[in-house]
Amino acid sequence: MSETNDTAGSQEPREDGTPRERVVGTPSPAADSALLAKEEYPAPAGAGEELDERSAKRAERVVASLFLLAFAASVGFIVYFIGWSGRDGGMHGIHRARESNLWLGGLMALSFMAMAIGVTIWVRRLMSSKPIVQERHELEATPEDRAAFSAAFMEGAADSGITKRPLLRRTLLLAAAPLGLAPLVLLRDLGPLPEKRLRHTYWGEAVKAAKEKGRTGVRLVVDGTNKPLKVSDFASPGAMITVLPEGIEENAHHALNEIAKAVTILINVPADQFKPAKGRENWHVNGIVAYSKICTHVGCPAALYEQTTHHILCPCHQSTFDATDAAKVVFGPAARPLPQLPLSVEDGYLVATADFPEPIGPSFWERG
Amino acid sequence: MKRFTAWRRRPWAGYAVVLAALAAIGVIYAGFSPQSDRAEAANATQAAADLKNGQQLFNQNCASCHGLNAEGTKDAKGNPIAPSLLGVGAASVDFQVSTGRMPAMNPGAQMPRKEPIPAFDTSIRTDYAEPEKREAAEKQKAQAEKNLADLREYVTSLGGGPAVPPAGAVDPKGGDAALGGKLFRTNCAQCHSFVGSGGALTGGKYAPPLDKSDVTPTQIYEAMLTGPQAMPVFNDTTLTPKDKQAIIAYVVQTREEPNPGGNGLGRIGPVSEGLVGWLVGIGLLVLAAMWITAKKPKKLKKS
Amino acid sequence: MSEASAPKAVEGPLNFLDDRLGSTTFFKRNMKKVFPDHWSFMLGEIALYCFIILLLTGTFLTLWFHPSMNEVHYDGSYTKLTGVKMSEAYASTLHISFDVRGGLLMRQIHHWAAILFMASILAHMLRVFFTGAYRKPRELNWLIGLGMFTLGMLEGLFGYSLPDDLLSGTGLRITQGVLESIPVVGTYGYMFLFGGEFPEGEYGDIIPRLFTLHILLIPGLILGLVTAHMMIMWHQKHTAMPTQKQTETQVYGYPFYPVFMAKTGAYFLFTFGVLALLGAFAQINPIWLFGPYDPGAISSASQPDWYMGVLEGSLRIMPNWEITAWGHTLSLNVLIPALVPLGIVFGGAGAWPFVEQWVTGDKRHHHVNDRPRNAPVRTGVGMAAVTFYGLLWLAGANDVLAERFHLSLFATTWFFRFAVFVGPVLAYIITKRVCLGLQRKDADVLGHGVESGVILMSPDGEFTERHEPARPEERTVLLSKERAKEQPPATDANGIPAPGSKGPMGYVRSRLNRAWTFDDIPVEEHGHGDHDGHDDGHTIEGGKEPKQISH
Repeated sequence: MSETNDTAGSQEPREDGTPRERVVGTPSPAADSALLAKEEYPAPAGAGEELDERSAKRAERVVASLFLLAFAASVGFIVYFIGWSGRDGGMHGIHRARESNLWLGGLMALSFMAMAIGVTIWVRRLMSSKPIVQERHELEATPEDRAAFSAAFMEGAADSGITKRPLLRRTLLLAAAPLGLAPLVLLRDLGPLPEKRLRHTYWGEAVKAAKEKGRTGVRLVVDGTNKPLKVSDFASPGAMITVLPEGIEENAHHALNEIAKAVTILINVPADQFKPAKGRENWHVNGIVAYSKICTHVGCPAALYEQTTHHILCPCHQSTFDATDAAKVVFGPAARPLPQLPLSVEDGYLVATADFPEPIGPSFWERG
Repeated sequence: MKRFTAWRRRPWAGYAVVLAALAAIGVIYAGFSPQSDRAEAANATQAAADLKNGQQLFNQNCASCHGLNAEGTKDAKGNPIAPSLLGVGAASVDFQVSTGRMPAMNPGAQMPRKEPIPAFDTSIRTDYAEPEKREAAEKQKAQAEKNLADLREYVTSLGGGPAVPPAGAVDPKGGDAALGGKLFRTNCAQCHSFVGSGGALTGGKYAPPLDKSDVTPTQIYEAMLTGPQAMPVFNDTTLTPKDKQAIIAYVVQTREEPNPGGNGLGRIGPVSEGLVGWLVGIGLLVLAAMWITAKKPKKLKKS
Repeated sequence: MSEASAPKAVEGPLNFLDDRLGSTTFFKRNMKKVFPDHWSFMLGEIALYCFIILLLTGTFLTLWFHPSMNEVHYDGSYTKLTGVKMSEAYASTLHISFDVRGGLLMRQIHHWAAILFMASILAHMLRVFFTGAYRKPRELNWLIGLGMFTLGMLEGLFGYSLPDDLLSGTGLRITQGVLESIPVVGTYGYMFLFGGEFPEGEYGDIIPRLFTLHILLIPGLILGLVTAHMMIMWHQKHTAMPTQKQTETQVYGYPFYPVFMAKTGAYFLFTFGVLALLGAFAQINPIWLFGPYDPGAISSASQPDWYMGVLEGSLRIMPNWEITAWGHTLSLNVLIPALVPLGIVFGGAGAWPFVEQWVTGDKRHHHVNDRPRNAPVRTGVGMAAVTFYGLLWLAGANDVLAERFHLSLFATTWFFRFAVFVGPVLAYIITKRVCLGLQRKDADVLGHGVESGVILMSPDGEFTERHEPARPEERTVLLSKERAKEQPPATDANGIPAPGSKGPMGYVRSRLNRAWTFDDIPVEEHGHGDHDGHDDGHTIEGGKEPKQISH
C-alpha cells in the first residue's frame, strides 16, 4: 500500500507500519531518516503542478481498467439477478440464499472496491491540485456588532410592549403552560396501570380452577410437548425439565404473557441433600422441587442446572442459586432466591397446589 | 459359615457370584428355552465368555478409580473420587467410553472429550488401500466394538440401568426438527448455546460443543438419558424417545446446514460479530483512510 | 481557474439555480474550501457513510418487514421451522432472508453498517478527545456527537429487537427488568412501554412501537444532528494536526473541489465496499439459528451488540445489593450498573471540555490540535476511561471468555470486579508517565538534535555520533507544545484574592490546575524565550477576565 516513505510532519503511525516512537532514552536507529532534513515541495496557493506524462498515462490505464472491472461487476450483479437467481421458481431456502448472497454480495463488493481503488489512484496520481492555504476567519462578531444587536433586540422588545405590559406576558405564559402538558396526558393510554399484575401468575388461576373441580391442584406439563408429568416419570435423580401449568396455552387470556411469568423449572435433587425451607417442608415430592424459571435479577430464564453442584445458573448475568437450599443466591447479581412452587401428588401426577408465594422475576419498587 | 463369610469377602468373590449367577441363568435359560439346542448352549457359553472379557476390561481400565465392585471410591476425607457405577447402565458406559471421557487421565474440573483408548476406539479409519492394512484395521475395529459391548454388558450385569438406544431411535431423519428446535431451546440451549457450540459453566466446567460431527446421534441420546457429569438427566418418561429423536434431528440438521450469510464466525453470536466489526471493518477502513491521505508519490511529478 | 467556461450541461442548471437562489456565490466561495489531510480525520466519515447506507438498506427492509406480533405458524422455505409458532415479525424476517433475492445481503449489510456506525463514532470521538479537537470553539459539535452516540445505542437496541428472535426477545426482557427496577415509576414505565405485560401487552404493541421509533423518530433526530454537525464543522473549518503550515489563523490542505470531493467520494465507495464484503462473506445475526422468541427458552452466550456490551458487563459484575424497607424495594443491583458506569463515561465526556476550560483558564480558540503527549493529564484520563469502558465491555463477554479460555466463570467475575477500579488508575498513571517520557524525548531532540548515524572519530581516537538539527517541519511539530501554565497566585500583591480562587470551588480549581500543570517538560529551543512564536499574541493570564460571549 505504501508508495512513499515521506511522512514529514506526521506523528501518527506511518503508512508502512514501522513504529515511529522509540523507548525513551534508547538511541535512534541510524536509518530513521524521517527526522532529518529532506527536500520538500513548495506549496504556494495556486494552480496544479505538471505531471510526468508517462507515469500519468500508466496510472490512467490502471484507473480505467479498475472502472471497467467495476462496470463488469455491476453488470454481472444485474445479469446474475435477472438471469440466474430466479431460476426454478425463484430463490427459496437456505442453499439458494447462500448462493445468491455470495454472488450478489461478492459482485457488489467487487464493484464498489474497484471503483474506490480507482478513484483513489486517480486522486493520488492524476489530480494535479496542490495543497493551498486558507485563512481561518474569526468566528465571533465584533463588540460593536454585538452591542448593535443587543440594542436592536431591546428596541424590538420595547416596541412590542412585552416588557411594558407584564399582564400580557404573564397571561401568555399561563396560556402556554397547559398546552405543554397536553401531550403528556395523551400518552396515558400507552398501557394499563400495573395494579396487581406483577404479583401473581397463571399458576394461581389454574390452581383455583382445579380446586373448584374438587382437585388438589393443577398438573405440571412439559413445555414444548404438553405431556403431564407423573412422579414416576420424573424419578431419575438429577433430572430437570421446564414445565407449565396444564392448559395455559389454550385457556389463558394472553398466553404468551402468562407463559412468560409462569414458566417453571422442575428439578429432581437428591432427597438426602435437600434442605427444605422452614414452612415449606411439604412443598417437594421426594426431592422433586419446582422454582420459577424467571431470574430475580432482570428476568432472563435461569435454566442452567448442574446436577453435580445442584446450582441453577442464569446464563445472562450468571446469578447462581442453590437448588437444594430453597434456591438461595450463591453468586452473582441477583438479590433474592427464585420463588418456589408448592408441589404435591394427585393420582400419581405432580400437581401445584398454589401460586408462587411471592412475585416472580425482577424486583420492583412496589414489591416490598 | 465362618469360612463362607471369609470367602465371600475375597475380592474376586463378587465376580464369581455374578458369573455363577449368569452361568445359572444361562443354564436355566438353555434348559427352559423351547428351542433348546446346542447352538443356544453355545450362545450361552459365548455370553459368559463375553462377560468375562468385559470384566477383565473393567478391571484393567476402570476398577482403579471406580473400585473392583464398581461401588465408587472416596479419598481420605470422604470426598468421592469416582462415582458408583451400579445402575448407570449400558448407555452411560457407551457414552463415557466412546467419547473417550473414560478412562479418565487427569481428574480435573471436568473430563474432556478425547480419543478413546485403543481397546475401545471404534472410530479408527479402515479405508486403507492395501488389503492387509484394511483387514487389520477392520479387525481392530471389530475387536474394539466387541470390547465396548462386553464392557457395557458387564456393567449392566452389576446393577441394570438404561440401555443403549437402538439405531432407529437416534436416526436424525426420523425426527421432527421443528419440535426438536423448540425443545432444544427450552432445555439444552441454556448451556450448549443455540446451535450447540457450547458454553461456560461454573468452576471451570463447560458444556461441550455439539456442533462437531464426531458427536454421534447415539452419544447425544445417551447424554440426555444418563446426564453425564454436570448435565441434568432427561429420562425417557420426561422427554420421550420421540422427543429425543426430534432434538437429535434438530442438532444434526443445524450443524449440517450451511451458513447462508457467509462465514458463520463460530456461530457464537454478537461477541464475534463485534470483534469482526472492529478488527476487519474498522481495520480495513483505517487502512483505506491512510492510503487516501498519504502524501502523493513524488516520482509522478515532472522535475 | 482557467478561462474555459463550464460545459452547457453544468452551466444550465447552475444558472437556473443561481437565478432563483443566488447559489453561485456560495459555490464560488466554497469550492476551494481547504480540508487538512490526516487519516484520522476520516473516522467520522465512516459514521456518516454508514448512516447513509443504513437509511438505504433500512428502507429496502421495510418493504417486506411486518412489524407485528400476531402469531403465525411458519410455512416458508426454511423447512427446519415449518409449523413452528412465531410472530409475524419473525416470519417476515425469515421471508426477507430466504425468499427475497438480495434480502439476506441487505439485512447483513444493514446490521454490519450499524456495528460500524457505532464503532466509527467511538473511534472518531477518541481521536477528537486525544487531540483536544473538542476545545473551544468546537464544544457544541462534541456534545452533538455524544448525543448521536447515545441515540445510536437506542436505535441499535430497538433495531436488534425488531425480528423478535430468541436473542432479541431476551434483550427486551432484560430491558424490561431494568425498567422495572427504577424507583417509584418503574412498573408504570414498563406497562407503558409494552402496553401491558411482557412481551405482548394487551394488543402486541411493543414491536410496532419499536419499529416506529427505529425507522422514523430516532433516525430523524440523528439526521438532524448529523446535518447540524456537518454545518458547524463546515462553518468552523476542520482542525488540523500541528504541522509546519498549520497555524491558528491558517489552514493548509487540499481544496474541496476537486481533490477532497474525490477523496471523500472514494471513501464512501470504500465504506460501501467493506460493508458489502462483510455482508457477503461474514454472517451476522442469523435469526433462523436463534429461533423465534419463546419466554421459556434461553441460550448461553446471550449477548447484545457490542455497543450495549458495557451495560451487560456492568450488570454481570455488580454485587447483589438490594434494599427493602417500608414496603418498597430498591434494586441497587440493577440501578447502579444501568446508570452509573455510562453516566460516568458520558457525563464525564460531556462535561470535560468545560471542566478543562475552567481548570486551565484557557478560553482561547483552538484550531491546531494537541499532540496527545503534550496534554498528559487529558491523555491519562482518556486512557483511564478507555480502560474502564473496555473492562466493562469484556465483562459483558465473560462467559465467552471463560468458555474459550477454560477459566472459572466466577473467577472472571471477581477479576472484573476489581479490575474495573484498579485498571483505570493504572492506565492513568502509566499513560501520564509515557507522555512525559515522550515529552522528554522531544525536548532532547530540540536540544541536541537528531542522531544522524554518522560516527566520527576525533583526533585522539574517541568515537562520537554526529547530531544534526531536526528538520524545520519536525521542529514545528515538537514546538507545538505549549508550556502548561500555572495559575497566578491565589492572592495578588495586595492580598486580595484573585477572582475564581475564592471559596471551596476556587480551592478545588486551584488544586486541579496544579495537577494539570505540575508535570511538564519544557520542549523549547535553547536561548529562544519562553514560548514559541505563534501563540505570543494569544497568551492569556489566568487572572484576566475571560473573553465571553454574552447574550
